[in-house]
Amino acid sequence: MRRAAAFLTVLAMAGMPAAAVAKDCPQTTLGDIEDEVMCPICGTPLGLASESPQAQRERAYIERLIAQCKSKDEVKRALVAEFGDSVLALPGDEGDTGVGDVLVYVVPALGIVLAAAGIAFAVVRWRRARRRAGTGGALTTADGTRLEDDMERYDL
Amino acid sequence: MRRALSPVPVAVICVLVALVALLAYGLIQNEPDRGVEQSLAAGERQPAPEIDLPKLGGDGRGSLTDYRGRLVVLNFWASWCSPCRTESPLLERWHRRMKGRGTVLGIDGNDVTSDAQDFIEKYGLSYPMLRDRDGDVSRGYGVVGYPETFVIDRRGRIVAVQRGPVDERFMRSEVEPRL
Repeated sequence: MRRAAAFLTVLAMAGMPAAAVAKDCPQTTLGDIEDEVMCPICGTPLGLASESPQAQRERAYIERLIAQCKSKDEVKRALVAEFGDSVLALPGDEGDTGVGDVLVYVVPALGIVLAAAGIAFAVVRWRRARRRAGTGGALTTADGTRLEDDMERYDL
Repeated sequence: MRRALSPVPVAVICVLVALVALLAYGLIQNEPDRGVEQSLAAGERQPAPEIDLPKLGGDGRGSLTDYRGRLVVLNFWASWCSPCRTESPLLERWHRRMKGRGTVLGIDGNDVTSDAQDFIEKYGLSYPMLRDRDGDVSRGYGVVGYPETFVIDRRGRIVAVQRGPVDERFMRSEVEPRL
C-alpha cells in the first residue's frame, strides 16, 4: 500500500513540469507577431501581406517557432537571424533607438496637434466672421416690417 | 493695398505640396536600378559588384573573387519563388556541363535557411550557394524579383542579364559562347 502511494506521488511529481510547460505553451500567437514584423519582399507588415508566397513561408516559419514554444522575443530574434533587422516593423525594436525611431512617434503626434490647432483657429475665425456679419448689417425697413408681421403671425 | 492671404489656405497648400513631394520621392526611390541593362545596351561591360557572403547552411564565406578566371552564372533565387523551381534543374545541368570552365553561383535571399536547404536537397543542386540575408547584395545588382541571373565573364564583368527565369536558349546564347 505504501509502495503504491509512493509510486503515485512520484508519478504526479514527474507529470507536474510537463503540465506546467503545456500550460505555458504556446507563449504567443501568429496574430500577435505578424503586426510587428515585416514581409521583407512585400515591403509591408506581415499582417497586411495577404497571400504572397514569401509571406506564407514566413508565417509557416513563425508557426513552427510558436509550436516549439518560443516567446514573441525569441521568434523576433529568429526572424532577424533569417531576414536581418529590416524584418522588424516597430521603431526601436532593433534595440538602439535612433533619432528616426523617435521621429516616427513625434511627427504624427505633432501633425495631430497642428491639425487640431488649425481646425480650432479656422472655427474661431469662421464664428467671428459670422458674428460680425450678423451684427454689422441693419435690417431694411421692409425686412423689419416683414419680421414684425411674421412674429405676430406666429404669436412670438 | 494687397490683401494678405489667410493662414489656413496657406497651411493647406503647404501640406498638399509636402504630400505630393513625398509621393514623388517614394516613386523615385522605388524605381528599379536598370544600370546594367543600360550599360549592356551601350556596349559597355561594367564590373560586377563585389560579393562577400556567408555560405548557405555552412561555415565560411564566399566571394566572386573565388571564381576569378572562370565564367560565373550568378543566380539570385529563393525557395518560395515558383519560377526558381523550373529553372533550378536547368542550372544544375549547366553547372555540370561547365565544370572547370565556369560555375553557377546561387545567392539565396529573403528566405528561411531550412527552407532553402530543403529546396537544394529536393532538386539535387550541387553548385555553390551563398546567403544574402538582408538582400544588400541583391540591391547592389538591382535585383527586384526572383529569379534573376547575371553572367559574369572571366574578368569579372557583367556580360548578360536575365530578369526572370533562364531557359536553354539564354544559356546557349549567353553562356556557352563565353566558356
